[in-house]
Amino acid sequence: MDVLFATLTVVTFFPVLGVIVLLFTPKEQKDTIRWIAVGASLITFLLSLVMLIQFNPNDPGMQLVVRAPWIQIGSNWNMEFHLGIDGASLLLVLLTTFLTPIAIFSSWTAVEERVKEYMIFFLLLEVGMVGVFVALDLFLFYVFWEFSLVPMYLLVGIWGGSNRMYAAIKFFLYTMAGSILMLLAILWLGINVGTFSYTDMLGKVPAAAQGLLFLAFAAAFAIKVPVWPLHSWLPDAHVEAPTAGSVILAGVLLKLGTYGFLRFNLGLFPEAARQYAPAIAVLAVIGIIYGAIVSYPQKDVKKLVAYSSVSHLGFVMLGLFALNAQGIQGAVLQMINHGLSTGALFLLVGMIYERRHTRELAQFGGLWKVMPLYGTIMLIVSLSSMGLPGLNGFVGEFAILLGAWGAGQPGGPFGSYIYAALASLGVILAAVYMLWMFQKMFLGKVENPANEGLADLNWREVAVMVPLLIMIFWIGLYPAPFFNLMSPAVNQLVQVLNGAAVALR
Amino acid sequence: MTTSDFNAILPMFTLAGWACLLLLADLWIPKTRKAITGWLALLGLAVTFGVGLLVSRLGLPIVAFNGMVTFDGFANLLNLIVLFTGAAGILMALDYLKKNNIERGEFYPLLLFAITGMMMMASASDLIIVFLALELLSIPLYVLAGFARPRADSEESAMKYFLLGAFASGFFVYGVALTYGATQTTNLQGVVAAITSASATDPLLLAGAALILVGLSFKVAAVPFHMWTPDVYEGAPTVVTAFMSVGAKAGGFAALLRVFFTAFPALSADWVPVVAIVSALTMTLGNVVAIAQSSIKRMLAYSSIAHAGYILMAAVAGGQGRLSAFAASAALFYLMAYALMNLGAWAVVIAVEKREGEGNRIEDFAGLGATRPGLALAMAVFMLSLTGLPPTVGFIGKFYVFRAAIDAGYMWLALVGVITSLISAFYYLRVIMVMWMRPGEGAATLPRALGFVVGVTAIATFLLGIVPRPVMEMAERALLSLFI
Repeated sequence: MDVLFATLTVVTFFPVLGVIVLLFTPKEQKDTIRWIAVGASLITFLLSLVMLIQFNPNDPGMQLVVRAPWIQIGSNWNMEFHLGIDGASLLLVLLTTFLTPIAIFSSWTAVEERVKEYMIFFLLLEVGMVGVFVALDLFLFYVFWEFSLVPMYLLVGIWGGSNRMYAAIKFFLYTMAGSILMLLAILWLGINVGTFSYTDMLGKVPAAAQGLLFLAFAAAFAIKVPVWPLHSWLPDAHVEAPTAGSVILAGVLLKLGTYGFLRFNLGLFPEAARQYAPAIAVLAVIGIIYGAIVSYPQKDVKKLVAYSSVSHLGFVMLGLFALNAQGIQGAVLQMINHGLSTGALFLLVGMIYERRHTRELAQFGGLWKVMPLYGTIMLIVSLSSMGLPGLNGFVGEFAILLGAWGAGQPGGPFGSYIYAALASLGVILAAVYMLWMFQKMFLGKVENPANEGLADLNWREVAVMVPLLIMIFWIGLYPAPFFNLMSPAVNQLVQVLNGAAVALR
Repeated sequence: MTTSDFNAILPMFTLAGWACLLLLADLWIPKTRKAITGWLALLGLAVTFGVGLLVSRLGLPIVAFNGMVTFDGFANLLNLIVLFTGAAGILMALDYLKKNNIERGEFYPLLLFAITGMMMMASASDLIIVFLALELLSIPLYVLAGFARPRADSEESAMKYFLLGAFASGFFVYGVALTYGATQTTNLQGVVAAITSASATDPLLLAGAALILVGLSFKVAAVPFHMWTPDVYEGAPTVVTAFMSVGAKAGGFAALLRVFFTAFPALSADWVPVVAIVSALTMTLGNVVAIAQSSIKRMLAYSSIAHAGYILMAAVAGGQGRLSAFAASAALFYLMAYALMNLGAWAVVIAVEKREGEGNRIEDFAGLGATRPGLALAMAVFMLSLTGLPPTVGFIGKFYVFRAAIDAGYMWLALVGVITSLISAFYYLRVIMVMWMRPGEGAATLPRALGFVVGVTAIATFLLGIVPRPVMEMAERALLSLFI
């Protein structure tokens, strides 16, 4: 029973309770259904705060560990129900539980059809995502990882735009293609290391085998991130997904990939991580610049935001593979930042779409005069997304560039400063496309008569945005608590990585 | 005949006797109320199940008739699978036969005879008994495939199945003859003894084993002996297809595992690579061709070919000493998982089918998600499980067989397995897509018995994906006596 009532188990599976209640709610009572879904996800968020309180920020190891036998095959195979968090996973769980109620709340009027199924899938998605961040058994991790695919597939496929089926199946097949290679790697590890437990496996993976294992795991994570050139599913899925789906897709699902890199590729295969770091950094830098350049000419605002994710996630990847404390801490913080900023951007795009049923930039112009509140919030979020000092994006990007610079020193994994230099180009490009977008949408005169009578944000939309804005300012002005939470775990990881560097020499 | 002889065959004897009596009893059951025969047949399965349980408590294994029949944990578990399949088949048939005006009483006794054959297959430890079982299982199925006469494609289906089945039997018997020529015995233990004392590379013996493999490959629909499957599955009445796709396969694998694991391990250097290649081809062909199907019956036919490939994957570990026990339990577990999810999927197909041969296109599932959410949800669970996605029993099954293959050093085969799983996602997901994302009338009729089958299999598919331990333990215990 301890296992059942442990904090992590409760946080992970609480939304299931909401699903069960929803199953017994008549589908005609749409408002009741919405309240139940919002309530379940909100309580999940509160429960995750309990987790935050219980967490000891000075301990670098796994905390709040739950461990119980689950599946046994033969005598030597033992899959466990094994959960635990360190600073990095704690922050990502909080991001998930924070964004989910916002996303659900934002679909209040956007989703009118089959509300019941929609909410059920949304809550199941939350279970899958939180599960990925807390699972410490590789088999269990894989179960959550694959499970999170299904609700997202259905959300895009049923409630998406006109080309939704294509986008949904592309999303599913792409991500599954990567993860089946990971499945083989997990099986190999289980057979040869003799355990599925992440913590037991640390430091036990033979250096000779790490190369292939690293690639197999990287295949799964790189597609999810997505690392250039595996990104092509992302704009399709984003554009077709309903607003809340895009928020979660960008806000959390992409982080499953970067989290996977952090936890498994760096943690389990430090030697291989060191060897592959320059190659991944090249892909990351290409992603940063490519994403930014491709964002610029987009005619559809949502597509612009989607491509900008490719660029932002490139930063995260660069920070992770700098393999030093600044880079990794910056990367983790940037995961959170991207979730907040891009999530907010998708919400804002969704709000204007609900009013005008178009997302074409050419249709807008001078919106600030009609919707001043909307314009102000959009400006703040855009500035945060491009990394203006004082807002959250700056802190993360700065730490990442610092880390990349360090990694370019002699003996560092990159061995050249060029990566940091090129990546900082991405910061400039981000300003270009974001400001361009803002200018086209909000400045100048209202030329399109369809925009003249648009209503400004209502209380519900403001309520959705306020928590995000608070977080954006908080991280921008006072990021120390966030760094404090993750730094012991990250420092420990960096020690392992440095040990690997010594071993390689 | 001693008591233990009698005990060993008691379950199948019960069922065969019940079938004979049912055939007679059916004469007194009025034409309009043939469902009674169905319920009586179901009762027969329950009684057989009970008898099997009692016998298994006597202490297994029971070796009977001078080693020609072995009733052990392996046989016991397979009996369970085929009895379950038979029960599901009857429940599905109750309303189906009536709906299609082919409600004739002999359907149920024929089904029972086929099940008897499958049970016999599982405990046969003599090649002659395997052959007898093979025929006992096949002949009723030939008739059942043509049960919807005078519908032409049902007759065609029966004809095809019969002709090719007879061919396969011929191969099998020839293989038995050659094996006898090489070893002077048809008893599996005897074959083992003869091989260890003589040369294992005797060409006569190798040819015999190869021909036996051909005969059994036909039964389990492994490439390249799969050609009959789509046509026969499509033409046969859908309930028969459902029963056949699980039951006949279970029977075929029972014989395959027992013959090759117990009699021919000494030849494993020769047959393991062959089985590995057959497995890879079966998975690839089944999954790739399934993509192109627009009929759900044909799609599931190709998918069942593909799943035979996954089960064969476990068999490659079979020739490798310490691994063989594990491999057999992996195969058994997969077989159980397959029985659950496949029967469920067929049950949904039957619910959606309007009349015999109508409403079988994948397009006919459009809109089902809106009109029958429960049924569509169950179908989605089956499709995801067949794809091998967690948390379903199909995923655990695949995990198990992949592990067996990797453990045996066949990484490439596991790679083929995962890649073909990805391919399979494409067509399984299409069903989900059509159900939920395309508008349509999505009509379905779900009588109570059929609904029961859908419900039970869907819940089991999901629950066993989360808590697979009990079934896994069953599969593991089932082996102990196979390798003594």
